[in-house]
Amino acid sequence: MKAEQMVKALKEQFGDAILATTEFRGEHTVQVTLAGAKPLLKYCHDELNFDYLVDISSLDHMGEEPRFEMVYEAYGYGHLQHLRIKAKIPDGEDVPTVSDIWATADWHEREVYDMMGIKFAGHPDLRRILMWEGYPYFPLRKDFPLAGRPSEMPEVAFTGIAPLADGPFVTSAGAPDTVAREPRAKKQE
Amino acid sequence: MVAPAETHAAYDSKVEGNVVFTKLDAAVNWMRKNSLWPMPMGLACCAIEMMASACSRYDLSRFGMEVMRFSPRQADVMIVAGTVTYKMALAVKRIWDQMPEPKWCIAMGACASSGGMYRSYAVLQGIDNLIPVDVYISGCPPRPEALLEGMMRLQRKIEGEASISEQKKELVNDLS
Repeated sequence: MKAEQMVKALKEQFGDAILATTEFRGEHTVQVTLAGAKPLLKYCHDELNFDYLVDISSLDHMGEEPRFEMVYEAYGYGHLQHLRIKAKIPDGEDVPTVSDIWATADWHEREVYDMMGIKFAGHPDLRRILMWEGYPYFPLRKDFPLAGRPSEMPEVAFTGIAPLADGPFVTSAGAPDTVAREPRAKKQE
Repeated sequence: MVAPAETHAAYDSKVEGNVVFTKLDAAVNWMRKNSLWPMPMGLACCAIEMMASACSRYDLSRFGMEVMRFSPRQADVMIVAGTVTYKMALAVKRIWDQMPEPKWCIAMGACASSGGMYRSYAVLQGIDNLIPVDVYISGCPPRPEALLEGMMRLQRKIEGEASISEQKKELVNDLS
């Protein structure tokens, strides 16, 4: 079965829980409600043979409501099809864990929690994974400054503010030639 | 040979030619600089270049600094090679504190010297925020020749130190 037919099967199975489906260059994305996400992912794993969870990531749409969005990338080694499942989450709401469906989701969800501050209901071990326990911020949120914020945990770690001089050091994607694309400091608006 | 009364030293003619006069500082510095035992603090890609420097093609041991010690208590120069994240920073400081004096520090590469390209919430902006650095080596990562040059600069620095009068200076500073 191709991803296209799987999306169709999901639509028949879940109906209203699916808000939209998109296809871009052969990649299929299913937008679902938060309540519908877990049953749909379980169905993908059990019935549609998506045995491999490639990645879990999250987005911060600051200024929009709902603010956050979860992105699941599923893949099946039996049928070699890829499917992306997205679900929006309002600020402060927990997301049901999928670590009971795919064991790999354990650490992926810990990373999402560490960087974005999204909590996972039912997660067996929801601790920070990259930053240390007790670090007070969620650094990949849009309202966190690129240079960082000072913090202090005696005997464990501290953080400071990085000097950005003329702004962050970034490439100019899409510039006409390689010289213009070279990473340079750019003024922040 | 009879030495005049006002000379400060005399020697037996039988060992003539086998005796060298020097200052104690100079002798101590000469011994120290030619047997630097590095503590390889390899944290990122600079560590790969450091390993290459120790291997046969570049061969640190030509200059007497090949005895890489993975125990801080046996080392006297710490080569901080790589990106020092805030999570790692206090561990580096702790290892530095465990090294007995006299000790020196080399910041190898852009990240260890200044944070490099990581202007970030997660990266310490230069190891000199935590421990005193003797030699900074530029490069991202520096080539093995650059590390050798840095080590030889450190040797030149050690030559000029007042090693007898400034023993255990960090310890003394801590106590006072």
